[in-house]
Amino acid sequence: VAEADIISTVEFNYSGDLLATGDKGGRVVIFQREQENKSRPHSRGEYNVYSTFQSHEPEFDYLKSLEIEEKINKIRWLPQQNAAHFLLSTNDKTIKLWKISERDKRAEGYNLKDEDGRLRDPFRITALRVPILKPMDLMVEASPRRIFANAHTYHINSISVNSDHETYLSADDLRINLWHLEITDRSFNIVDMKPANMEELAEVITAAEFHPHQCNVLVYSSSKGTVRLCDMRSSALCDRHSKFFEEPEDPSSRSFFSEIISSISDVKFSHSGRYMMTRDYLSVKVWDLNMESRPVETHQVHEYLRSKLCSLYENDCIFDKFECCWNGSDSAIMTGSYNNFFRMFDRNARRDVTLEASRENSKPRASLKPRKVCTGGKRKKDEISVDSLDFNKKILHTAWHPLENIIAVAATNNLYIFQDKVN
Amino acid sequence: MSAEVPEAASAEEQKEMEDKVTSPEKAEEAKLKARYPHLGQKPGGSDFLRKRLQKGQKYFDSGDYNMAKAKMKNKQLPAAAPDKTEVTGDHIPTPQDLPQRKPSLVTSKLAG
Repeated sequence: VAEADIISTVEFNYSGDLLATGDKGGRVVIFQREQENKSRPHSRGEYNVYSTFQSHEPEFDYLKSLEIEEKINKIRWLPQQNAAHFLLSTNDKTIKLWKISERDKRAEGYNLKDEDGRLRDPFRITALRVPILKPMDLMVEASPRRIFANAHTYHINSISVNSDHETYLSADDLRINLWHLEITDRSFNIVDMKPANMEELAEVITAAEFHPHQCNVLVYSSSKGTVRLCDMRSSALCDRHSKFFEEPEDPSSRSFFSEIISSISDVKFSHSGRYMMTRDYLSVKVWDLNMESRPVETHQVHEYLRSKLCSLYENDCIFDKFECCWNGSDSAIMTGSYNNFFRMFDRNARRDVTLEASRENSKPRASLKPRKVCTGGKRKKDEISVDSLDFNKKILHTAWHPLENIIAVAATNNLYIFQDKVN
Repeated sequence: MSAEVPEAASAEEQKEMEDKVTSPEKAEEAKLKARYPHLGQKPGGSDFLRKRLQKGQKYFDSGDYNMAKAKMKNKQLPAAAPDKTEVTGDHIPTPQDLPQRKPSLVTSKLAG
Protein backbone atom coordinates (compact mmCIF):
# COMPACT_ATOMS: atom_id res chain seq x y z
CA VAL A 1 0.00 0.00 0.00
CA ALA A 2 1.41 3.36 -1.00
CA GLU A 3 1.72 5.41 2.15
CA ALA A 4 0.30 8.50 0.53
CA ASP A 5 -2.98 6.67 -0.10
CA ILE A 6 -3.66 5.96 3.55
CA ILE A 7 -6.84 7.79 4.52
CA SER A 8 -6.30 9.99 7.55
CA THR A 9 -9.69 11.63 8.03
CA VAL A 10 -13.33 11.23 6.93
CA GLU A 11 -16.11 13.76 7.41
CA PHE A 12 -19.68 14.24 6.17
CA ASN A 13 -20.91 17.79 5.65
CA TYR A 14 -23.96 19.15 7.47
CA SER A 15 -26.48 17.82 4.96
CA GLY A 16 -24.69 14.53 4.40
CA ASP A 17 -24.67 15.07 0.67
CA LEU A 18 -20.93 15.51 0.61
CA LEU A 19 -18.28 13.27 2.15
CA ALA A 20 -14.70 14.44 2.36
CA THR A 21 -11.63 12.28 2.90
CA GLY A 22 -8.06 13.40 3.52
CA ASP A 23 -5.00 11.25 3.11
CA LYS A 24 -1.35 11.02 4.09
CA GLY A 25 -0.33 12.48 0.74
CA GLY A 26 -2.06 15.76 1.58
CA ARG A 27 -4.92 15.21 -0.86
CA VAL A 28 -8.61 15.72 -0.30
CA VAL A 29 -11.23 13.72 -2.19
CA ILE A 30 -14.87 14.80 -1.94
CA PHE A 31 -17.72 12.44 -2.77
CA GLN A 32 -21.24 13.55 -3.55
CA ARG A 33 -24.40 11.60 -3.05
CA GLU A 34 -26.30 10.84 -6.22
CA GLN A 35 -29.71 12.40 -6.45
CA GLU A 36 -32.70 10.14 -6.72
CA ASN A 37 -33.03 9.14 -10.34
CA LYS A 38 -36.08 7.27 -11.64
CA SER A 39 -34.20 5.68 -14.51
CA ARG A 40 -31.44 4.31 -12.27
CA PRO A 41 -33.17 3.38 -9.02
CA HIS A 42 -30.18 1.48 -7.66
CA SER A 43 -27.94 4.49 -7.83
CA ARG A 44 -29.91 6.39 -5.24
CA GLY A 45 -27.71 7.19 -2.38
CA GLU A 46 -24.46 6.21 -4.04
CA TYR A 47 -21.51 8.44 -3.46
CA ASN A 48 -19.37 9.36 -6.43
CA VAL A 49 -16.27 11.48 -6.73
CA TYR A 50 -17.16 15.15 -6.87
CA SER A 51 -13.83 16.90 -6.50
CA THR A 52 -10.24 16.16 -5.61
CA PHE A 53 -7.39 18.53 -4.87
CA GLN A 54 -4.00 18.76 -3.24
CA SER A 55 -4.60 20.53 0.04
CA HIS A 56 -1.18 20.47 1.69
CA GLU A 57 2.37 19.93 0.47
CA PRO A 58 5.29 18.54 2.48
CA GLU A 59 7.43 21.29 3.97
CA PHE A 60 10.74 21.50 5.73
CA ASP A 61 11.31 23.96 8.54
CA TYR A 62 15.05 24.63 8.20
CA LEU A 63 15.16 26.70 11.35
CA LYS A 64 13.98 23.89 13.58
CA SER A 65 15.12 20.96 11.44
CA LEU A 66 11.57 19.78 11.38
CA GLU A 67 9.91 17.93 8.59
CA ILE A 68 6.28 18.97 8.26
CA GLU A 69 4.14 16.17 6.92
CA GLU A 70 1.47 16.92 4.37
CA LYS A 71 -0.85 14.39 5.96
CA ILE A 72 -4.33 15.80 6.49
CA ASN A 73 -5.11 15.36 10.16
CA LYS A 74 -8.66 16.70 10.15
CA ILE A 75 -11.29 18.08 7.82
CA ARG A 76 -14.25 20.04 9.11
CA TRP A 77 -17.02 21.44 6.92
CA LEU A 78 -18.52 24.85 7.38
CA PRO A 79 -22.32 25.13 7.29
CA GLN A 80 -23.41 25.98 3.78
CA GLN A 81 -24.35 29.61 3.25
CA ASN A 82 -24.46 29.92 -0.53
CA ALA A 83 -23.97 27.78 -3.61
CA ALA A 84 -20.35 27.09 -2.75
CA HIS A 85 -19.10 24.65 -0.12
CA PHE A 86 -16.39 25.50 2.36
CA LEU A 87 -14.21 23.24 4.43
CA LEU A 88 -11.24 23.56 6.74
CA SER A 89 -8.41 21.09 6.32
CA THR A 90 -5.32 20.91 8.46
CA ASN A 91 -1.97 19.17 8.61
CA ASP A 92 0.41 19.35 11.59
CA LYS A 93 1.04 23.07 11.27
CA THR A 94 -1.24 24.89 8.84
CA ILE A 95 -5.00 25.15 8.48
CA LYS A 96 -6.54 26.04 5.15
CA LEU A 97 -10.02 27.18 4.21
CA TRP A 98 -11.04 25.72 0.86
CA LYS A 99 -13.89 26.86 -1.33
CA ILE A 100 -15.44 24.27 -3.57
CA SER A 101 -17.65 25.72 -6.26
CA GLU A 102 -19.36 24.50 -9.36
CA ARG A 103 -19.13 25.97 -12.77
CA ASP A 104 -21.62 24.79 -15.36
CA LYS A 105 -21.74 27.73 -17.74
CA ARG A 106 -19.13 29.46 -19.75
CA ALA A 107 -19.22 32.68 -21.69
CA GLU A 108 -18.77 32.64 -25.43
CA GLY A 109 -18.41 35.48 -27.88
CA TYR A 110 -15.85 37.67 -26.25
CA ASN A 111 -14.80 40.73 -28.16
CA LEU A 112 -11.13 40.89 -27.34
CA LYS A 113 -10.23 37.23 -27.61
CA ASP A 114 -10.94 34.26 -29.85
CA GLU A 115 -12.71 31.11 -28.75
CA ASP A 116 -9.34 29.48 -28.18
CA GLY A 117 -8.17 32.36 -26.01
CA ARG A 118 -5.87 34.13 -28.39
CA LEU A 119 -6.12 37.89 -28.26
CA ARG A 120 -7.74 39.51 -31.21
CA ASP A 121 -6.12 42.48 -32.86
CA PRO A 122 -8.22 45.40 -31.60
CA PHE A 123 -7.85 47.27 -34.84
CA ARG A 124 -9.51 44.45 -36.72
CA ILE A 125 -12.60 44.45 -34.60
CA THR A 126 -15.39 46.05 -36.55
CA ALA A 127 -18.43 45.08 -34.57
CA LEU A 128 -19.29 44.60 -30.91
CA ARG A 129 -21.08 41.57 -29.62
CA VAL A 130 -22.48 40.65 -26.25
CA PRO A 131 -21.01 37.40 -24.87
CA ILE A 132 -23.63 34.77 -24.16
CA LEU A 133 -23.60 32.10 -21.47
CA LYS A 134 -23.59 28.56 -22.76
CA PRO A 135 -23.91 25.43 -20.67
CA MET A 136 -20.79 23.35 -20.24
CA ASP A 137 -19.84 20.11 -18.53
CA LEU A 138 -19.91 20.54 -14.81
CA MET A 139 -16.57 21.60 -13.46
CA VAL A 140 -15.90 21.57 -9.74
CA GLU A 141 -13.16 23.90 -8.63
CA ALA A 142 -11.41 24.01 -5.31
CA SER A 143 -9.51 27.10 -4.33
CA PRO A 144 -7.77 28.00 -1.07
CA ARG A 145 -9.43 31.09 0.37
CA ARG A 146 -7.55 31.45 3.65
CA ILE A 147 -4.31 30.08 4.99
CA PHE A 148 -3.98 30.06 8.78
CA ALA A 149 -0.32 29.46 9.43
CA ASN A 150 2.42 29.89 12.00
CA ALA A 151 0.27 29.63 15.09
CA HIS A 152 1.28 26.21 16.34
CA THR A 153 4.61 25.11 17.72
CA TYR A 154 3.38 21.57 18.25
CA HIS A 155 1.36 19.25 16.06
CA ILE A 156 -2.26 20.13 15.37
CA ASN A 157 -4.59 17.28 16.32
CA SER A 158 -8.03 18.95 16.11
CA ILE A 159 -10.00 21.71 14.51
CA SER A 160 -13.58 22.54 15.36
CA VAL A 161 -15.95 25.10 13.83
CA ASN A 162 -17.92 27.08 16.39
CA SER A 163 -21.71 27.25 16.35
CA ASP A 164 -21.42 30.98 15.71
CA HIS A 165 -20.12 30.06 12.23
CA GLU A 166 -17.54 32.81 12.53
CA THR A 167 -14.82 31.33 14.67
CA TYR A 168 -13.07 28.01 15.01
CA LEU A 169 -10.48 26.45 17.27
CA SER A 170 -7.30 24.56 16.47
CA ALA A 171 -5.60 22.41 19.07
CA ASP A 172 -2.08 21.03 19.21
CA ASP A 173 -0.39 18.90 21.87
CA LEU A 174 -0.13 21.76 24.34
CA ARG A 175 -2.19 24.70 23.15
CA ILE A 176 -5.58 25.63 21.77
CA ASN A 177 -6.01 28.69 19.57
CA LEU A 178 -9.13 30.56 18.57
CA TRP A 179 -9.42 31.97 15.05
CA HIS A 180 -11.85 34.08 13.12
CA LEU A 181 -12.56 32.59 9.72
CA GLU A 182 -11.92 35.91 8.01
CA ILE A 183 -8.66 36.78 9.77
CA THR A 184 -5.48 34.88 9.07
CA ASP A 185 -2.84 37.05 10.69
CA ARG A 186 -4.12 36.81 14.21
CA SER A 187 -5.09 34.00 16.52
CA PHE A 188 -5.91 33.99 20.21
CA ASN A 189 -4.48 31.41 22.53
CA ILE A 190 -7.18 30.17 24.87
CA VAL A 191 -5.60 27.12 26.48
CA ASP A 192 -1.93 26.65 27.28
CA MET A 193 -0.78 23.46 28.93
CA LYS A 194 2.93 23.95 28.41
CA PRO A 195 4.77 23.59 31.73
CA ALA A 196 7.42 26.19 32.61
CA ASN A 197 9.95 23.39 32.65
CA MET A 198 9.51 20.89 29.82
CA GLU A 199 11.12 18.21 31.97
CA GLU A 200 7.90 18.26 33.98
CA LEU A 201 5.71 17.53 31.00
CA ALA A 202 3.19 14.95 32.07
CA GLU A 203 0.08 15.54 30.02
CA VAL A 204 -0.78 16.58 26.46
CA ILE A 205 -3.96 17.62 24.70
CA THR A 206 -5.29 14.87 22.48
CA ALA A 207 -8.53 16.31 21.03
CA ALA A 208 -10.75 19.38 21.30
CA GLU A 209 -14.23 20.37 20.15
CA PHE A 210 -16.67 23.23 20.40
CA HIS A 211 -20.12 22.61 21.83
CA PRO A 212 -22.67 22.19 19.01
CA HIS A 213 -25.00 24.94 20.30
CA GLN A 214 -23.27 26.94 23.03
CA CYS A 215 -20.67 29.03 21.28
CA ASN A 216 -18.83 29.77 24.53
CA VAL A 217 -18.21 26.14 25.51
CA LEU A 218 -15.43 23.85 24.39
CA VAL A 219 -13.95 20.61 25.67
CA TYR A 220 -10.50 19.11 25.35
CA SER A 221 -9.25 15.67 26.24
CA SER A 222 -5.85 14.65 27.54
CA SER A 223 -3.37 11.81 27.46
CA LYS A 224 -4.20 11.15 31.11
CA GLY A 225 -7.77 10.19 30.31
CA THR A 226 -9.41 13.39 31.49
CA VAL A 227 -11.68 15.91 29.77
CA ARG A 228 -11.84 19.58 30.65
CA LEU A 229 -14.77 21.75 29.72
CA CYS A 230 -14.05 25.45 29.39
CA ASP A 231 -16.33 28.43 29.21
CA MET A 232 -14.86 31.29 27.23
CA ARG A 233 -17.02 33.77 29.07
CA SER A 234 -15.23 33.22 32.35
CA SER A 235 -11.85 34.52 31.22
CA ALA A 236 -9.78 35.19 28.16
CA LEU A 237 -7.37 32.39 28.97
CA CYS A 238 -9.20 29.18 29.68
CA ASP A 239 -6.45 27.48 31.64
CA ARG A 240 -8.87 27.04 34.51
CA HIS A 241 -11.55 24.63 33.49
CA SER A 242 -15.19 24.95 34.37
CA LYS A 243 -15.71 21.20 34.53
CA PHE A 244 -13.30 18.32 34.93
CA PHE A 245 -14.38 14.86 33.81
CA GLU A 246 -12.43 11.92 35.11
CA GLU A 247 -13.44 8.42 36.01
CA PRO A 248 -11.92 7.42 39.32
CA GLU A 249 -9.43 4.61 38.98
CA ASP A 250 -9.05 1.65 41.27
CA PRO A 251 -5.49 2.13 42.53
CA SER A 252 -4.98 -1.58 43.06
CA SER A 253 -5.56 -2.30 39.41
CA ARG A 254 -3.00 0.21 38.23
CA SER A 255 -0.30 -1.10 35.92
CA PHE A 256 2.39 0.22 33.62
CA PHE A 257 -0.21 0.33 30.87
CA SER A 258 -2.94 2.13 32.81
CA GLU A 259 -2.11 5.64 31.77
CA ILE A 260 -1.33 4.72 28.18
CA ILE A 261 -4.63 2.93 27.61
CA SER A 262 -6.59 5.62 29.41
CA SER A 263 -5.31 8.28 27.01
CA ILE A 264 -8.33 9.66 25.18
CA SER A 265 -7.89 9.60 21.41
CA ASP A 266 -11.14 11.35 20.48
CA VAL A 267 -13.90 13.39 22.10
CA LYS A 268 -17.22 14.18 20.43
CA PHE A 269 -20.28 16.03 21.63
CA SER A 270 -23.64 14.42 20.93
CA HIS A 271 -25.82 16.27 18.44
CA SER A 272 -28.11 17.22 21.31
CA GLY A 273 -25.26 18.85 23.17
CA ARG A 274 -26.24 17.12 26.37
CA TYR A 275 -23.68 14.32 26.21
CA MET A 276 -20.15 13.75 25.04
CA MET A 277 -18.31 10.59 24.09
CA THR A 278 -14.65 9.76 24.71
CA ARG A 279 -12.61 6.99 23.10
CA ASP A 280 -9.70 5.45 24.94
CA TYR A 281 -7.73 2.42 23.82
CA LEU A 282 -10.15 -0.28 24.92
CA SER A 283 -13.50 1.44 25.39
CA VAL A 284 -15.91 4.20 24.46
CA LYS A 285 -17.53 6.19 27.27
CA VAL A 286 -20.58 8.39 27.17
CA TRP A 287 -20.63 11.27 29.65
CA ASP A 288 -23.49 13.45 30.79
CA LEU A 289 -22.16 17.01 30.79
CA ASN A 290 -23.93 17.52 34.08
CA MET A 291 -21.96 14.80 35.84
CA GLU A 292 -18.19 14.98 36.07
CA SER A 293 -17.58 12.11 38.42
CA ARG A 294 -18.00 9.23 36.01
CA PRO A 295 -19.41 8.34 32.60
CA VAL A 296 -23.03 7.28 32.26
CA GLU A 297 -22.15 4.50 29.81
CA THR A 298 -19.04 2.48 29.11
CA HIS A 299 -18.86 0.24 26.05
CA GLN A 300 -16.06 -2.25 25.59
CA VAL A 301 -14.66 -2.14 22.09
CA HIS A 302 -12.13 -4.97 22.22
CA GLU A 303 -11.60 -5.98 25.83
CA TYR A 304 -9.87 -9.16 24.63
CA LEU A 305 -6.84 -7.02 23.87
CA ARG A 306 -6.19 -6.46 27.55
CA SER A 307 -4.26 -9.70 27.70
CA LYS A 308 -2.19 -8.67 24.68
CA LEU A 309 -1.00 -5.29 25.94
CA CYS A 310 2.62 -6.36 26.10
CA SER A 311 2.87 -7.14 22.39
CA LEU A 312 0.65 -4.18 21.51
CA TYR A 313 3.13 -1.99 23.34
CA GLU A 314 6.04 -3.54 21.49
CA ASN A 315 4.50 -3.04 18.06
CA ASP A 316 3.29 0.47 18.99
CA CYS A 317 -0.34 -0.41 18.36
CA ILE A 318 -1.16 0.62 21.91
CA PHE A 319 -0.64 4.21 20.73
CA ASP A 320 -3.14 3.98 17.87
CA LYS A 321 -5.65 6.81 17.92
CA PHE A 322 -9.16 5.60 17.21
CA GLU A 323 -11.96 8.05 16.51
CA CYS A 324 -15.61 7.64 17.38
CA CYS A 325 -18.88 9.11 16.13
CA TRP A 326 -22.56 9.49 16.96
CA ASN A 327 -25.45 8.84 14.62
CA GLY A 328 -27.79 11.70 13.81
CA SER A 329 -30.27 10.97 16.60
CA ASP A 330 -27.56 10.11 19.18
CA SER A 331 -29.12 6.68 19.64
CA ALA A 332 -26.05 4.85 18.37
CA ILE A 333 -22.29 5.24 18.43
CA MET A 334 -19.58 3.73 16.29
CA THR A 335 -15.85 3.24 16.50
CA GLY A 336 -13.16 1.19 14.77
CA SER A 337 -10.96 -1.69 15.83
CA TYR A 338 -8.37 -4.02 14.27
CA ASN A 339 -8.65 -6.58 11.49
CA ASN A 340 -10.82 -4.05 9.62
CA PHE A 341 -13.50 -4.56 12.25
CA PHE A 342 -15.66 -1.74 13.47
CA ARG A 343 -18.16 -1.69 16.31
CA MET A 344 -21.59 -0.13 16.59
CA PHE A 345 -23.43 0.27 19.89
CA ASP A 346 -27.18 0.83 20.04
CA ARG A 347 -27.58 2.81 23.23
CA ASN A 348 -31.32 2.30 23.57
CA ALA A 349 -31.54 -1.38 22.76
CA ARG A 350 -28.24 -2.01 24.59
CA ARG A 351 -27.00 -4.11 21.73
CA ASP A 352 -23.71 -3.99 19.96
CA VAL A 353 -22.37 -5.52 16.79
CA THR A 354 -18.98 -6.09 15.21
CA LEU A 355 -18.78 -5.71 11.46
CA GLU A 356 -15.97 -6.01 8.97
CA ALA A 357 -14.99 -3.64 6.20
CA SER A 358 -13.32 -5.78 3.61
CA ARG A 359 -13.86 -6.76 0.02
CA GLU A 360 -13.12 -10.43 0.56
CA ASN A 361 -15.78 -10.98 3.13
CA SER A 362 -18.64 -9.02 1.69
CA LYS A 363 -20.18 -8.44 -1.69
CA PRO A 364 -21.62 -5.10 -2.79
CA ARG A 365 -25.27 -4.72 -1.82
CA ALA A 366 -25.14 -7.77 0.44
CA SER A 367 -25.87 -7.37 4.12
CA LEU A 368 -22.88 -7.36 6.38
CA LYS A 369 -22.51 -10.39 8.55
CA PRO A 370 -21.75 -9.79 12.23
CA ARG A 371 -18.29 -10.94 13.23
CA LYS A 372 -17.13 -12.38 16.49
CA VAL A 373 -13.76 -12.62 18.11
CA CYS A 374 -13.12 -15.75 20.09
CA THR A 375 -11.18 -15.33 23.29
CA GLY A 376 -11.45 -18.70 24.90
CA GLY A 377 -10.07 -22.03 23.85
CA LYS A 378 -12.67 -23.41 21.52
CA ARG A 379 -13.11 -21.41 18.38
CA LYS A 380 -16.48 -21.76 16.75
CA LYS A 381 -16.85 -21.74 13.01
CA ASP A 382 -16.90 -18.16 11.65
CA GLU A 383 -15.21 -16.83 14.75
CA ILE A 384 -11.74 -15.44 14.58
CA SER A 385 -9.23 -15.90 17.35
CA VAL A 386 -7.45 -12.96 18.95
CA ASP A 387 -4.09 -14.18 17.73
CA SER A 388 -5.27 -14.21 14.11
CA LEU A 389 -6.29 -10.57 14.14
CA ASP A 390 -4.38 -8.41 11.70
CA PHE A 391 -3.18 -5.41 13.68
CA ASN A 392 -2.06 -3.63 10.53
CA LYS A 393 -5.65 -3.42 9.36
CA LYS A 394 -6.89 -0.73 11.69
CA ILE A 395 -10.02 1.33 11.31
CA LEU A 396 -9.16 4.63 12.93
CA HIS A 397 -11.58 6.91 11.07
CA THR A 398 -15.32 6.51 10.70
CA ALA A 399 -18.17 8.92 10.03
CA TRP A 400 -21.94 8.73 10.29
CA HIS A 401 -24.32 10.62 8.01
CA PRO A 402 -25.96 13.41 10.06
CA LEU A 403 -29.51 12.38 9.16
CA GLU A 404 -29.64 8.88 7.70
CA ASN A 405 -28.17 5.51 8.46
CA ILE A 406 -25.26 5.78 6.11
CA ILE A 407 -21.75 5.28 7.42
CA ALA A 408 -18.31 5.83 5.96
CA VAL A 409 -15.47 3.63 7.16
CA ALA A 410 -11.83 4.16 6.22
CA ALA A 411 -9.80 0.96 6.16
CA THR A 412 -6.21 1.98 5.48
CA ASN A 413 -6.37 3.09 1.84
CA ASN A 414 -9.94 2.04 1.12
CA LEU A 415 -13.16 3.85 1.82
CA TYR A 416 -16.29 1.83 2.50
CA ILE A 417 -19.76 3.33 2.52
CA PHE A 418 -22.54 1.26 4.07
CA GLN A 419 -26.24 2.01 4.18
CA ASP A 420 -29.34 0.61 5.78
CA LYS A 421 -31.04 -1.67 3.33
CA VAL A 422 -33.89 0.06 1.54
CA ASN A 423 -36.53 -2.11 -0.09
CA MET B 1 8.01 -7.93 66.24
CA SER B 2 10.30 -9.59 63.76
CA ALA B 3 7.86 -12.43 63.36
CA GLU B 4 5.28 -10.06 61.87
CA VAL B 5 7.45 -8.83 59.03
CA PRO B 6 7.79 -12.11 57.13
CA GLU B 7 4.02 -12.58 57.47
CA ALA B 8 3.28 -9.18 55.97
CA ALA B 9 5.77 -9.83 53.18
CA SER B 10 4.20 -13.12 52.26
CA ALA B 11 0.72 -11.59 52.32
CA GLU B 12 1.90 -8.98 49.84
CA GLU B 13 3.55 -11.59 47.69
CA GLN B 14 0.39 -13.57 47.75
CA LYS B 15 -1.65 -10.57 46.66
CA GLU B 16 0.83 -9.93 43.85
CA MET B 17 0.51 -13.48 42.68
CA GLU B 18 -3.25 -13.23 42.88
CA ASP B 19 -3.12 -10.06 40.85
CA LYS B 20 -1.13 -11.73 38.15
CA VAL B 21 -3.63 -14.49 37.97
CA THR B 22 -6.78 -12.40 38.10
CA SER B 23 -5.60 -9.34 36.19
CA PRO B 24 -4.46 -9.94 32.62
CA GLU B 25 -3.09 -6.42 32.57
CA LYS B 26 -0.72 -7.09 35.44
CA ALA B 27 0.37 -10.31 33.77
CA GLU B 28 1.18 -8.37 30.63
CA GLU B 29 3.09 -5.83 32.68
CA ALA B 30 5.17 -8.59 34.20
CA LYS B 31 5.91 -9.91 30.73
CA LEU B 32 7.03 -6.49 29.56
CA LYS B 33 9.20 -5.90 32.60
CA ALA B 34 10.83 -9.24 32.01
CA ARG B 35 11.78 -8.26 28.47
CA TYR B 36 12.76 -4.68 29.21
CA PRO B 37 13.96 -4.45 32.80
CA HIS B 38 14.95 -0.78 32.48
CA LEU B 39 11.54 0.35 31.31
CA GLY B 40 9.73 2.83 33.47
CA GLN B 41 12.63 3.56 35.75
CA LYS B 42 12.86 7.14 34.59
CA PRO B 43 9.74 9.26 34.84
CA GLY B 44 8.48 7.37 31.81
CA GLY B 45 5.49 9.53 31.02
CA SER B 46 7.48 12.62 30.19
CA ASP B 47 10.03 10.77 28.07
CA PHE B 48 7.36 9.29 25.90
CA LEU B 49 5.46 12.56 25.64
CA ARG B 50 8.52 14.56 24.75
CA LYS B 51 9.41 12.11 22.00
CA ARG B 52 5.89 12.55 20.66
CA LEU B 53 6.26 16.32 20.59
CA GLN B 54 9.47 16.04 18.62
CA LYS B 55 8.07 13.91 15.84
CA GLY B 56 9.43 14.97 12.50
CA GLN B 57 12.86 16.08 13.70
CA LYS B 58 15.51 15.72 11.04
CA TYR B 59 19.10 16.71 11.59
CA PHE B 60 20.09 19.37 9.11
CA ASP B 61 22.46 22.05 10.26
CA SER B 62 22.68 24.83 7.73
CA GLY B 63 25.75 26.22 9.53
CA ASP B 64 27.65 22.96 9.19
CA TYR B 65 26.55 22.69 5.60
CA ASN B 66 27.71 26.16 4.66
CA MET B 67 31.02 25.81 6.52
CA ALA B 68 31.71 22.54 4.78
CA LYS B 69 30.85 24.04 1.44
CA ALA B 70 33.22 26.95 2.07
CA LYS B 71 36.05 24.66 3.14
CA MET B 72 35.62 22.32 0.24
CA LYS B 73 35.39 25.12 -2.34
CA ASN B 74 35.68 23.39 -5.65
CA LYS B 75 35.65 19.89 -4.37
CA GLN B 76 32.42 18.03 -4.14
CA LEU B 77 30.83 17.51 -0.79
CA PRO B 78 30.87 13.88 0.36
CA ALA B 79 27.96 12.18 -1.26
CA ALA B 80 25.15 10.87 0.81
CA ALA B 81 25.52 7.39 2.17
CA PRO B 82 23.29 4.88 0.43
CA ASP B 83 21.41 4.58 3.68
CA LYS B 84 19.64 7.91 3.68
CA THR B 85 19.09 7.89 7.41
CA GLU B 86 22.82 8.50 8.04
CA VAL B 87 22.69 12.26 8.25
CA THR B 88 24.64 12.77 11.44
CA GLY B 89 28.27 12.31 12.36
CA ASP B 90 31.01 13.13 9.84
CA HIS B 91 28.71 13.28 6.92
CA ILE B 92 27.59 16.82 6.18
CA PRO B 93 24.00 16.67 5.03
CA THR B 94 22.94 18.73 2.09
CA PRO B 95 19.39 19.86 1.55
CA GLN B 96 19.20 17.27 -1.20
CA ASP B 97 20.17 14.44 1.13
CA LEU B 98 17.27 14.87 3.40
CA PRO B 99 14.50 12.66 2.21
CA GLN B 100 12.41 15.41 0.72
CA ARG B 101 9.23 13.75 -0.13
CA LYS B 102 7.88 14.87 -3.45
CA PRO B 103 4.36 16.24 -3.32
CA SER B 104 1.70 13.87 -4.47
CA LEU B 105 1.34 14.84 -8.07
CA VAL B 106 -0.49 11.61 -8.57
CA THR B 107 -4.22 11.83 -8.05
CA SER B 108 -5.56 9.88 -5.13
CA LYS B 109 -6.74 6.39 -6.06
CA LEU B 110 -10.05 7.13 -4.39
CA ALA B 111 -10.73 9.64 -7.13
CA GLY B 112 -9.86 7.23 -9.89
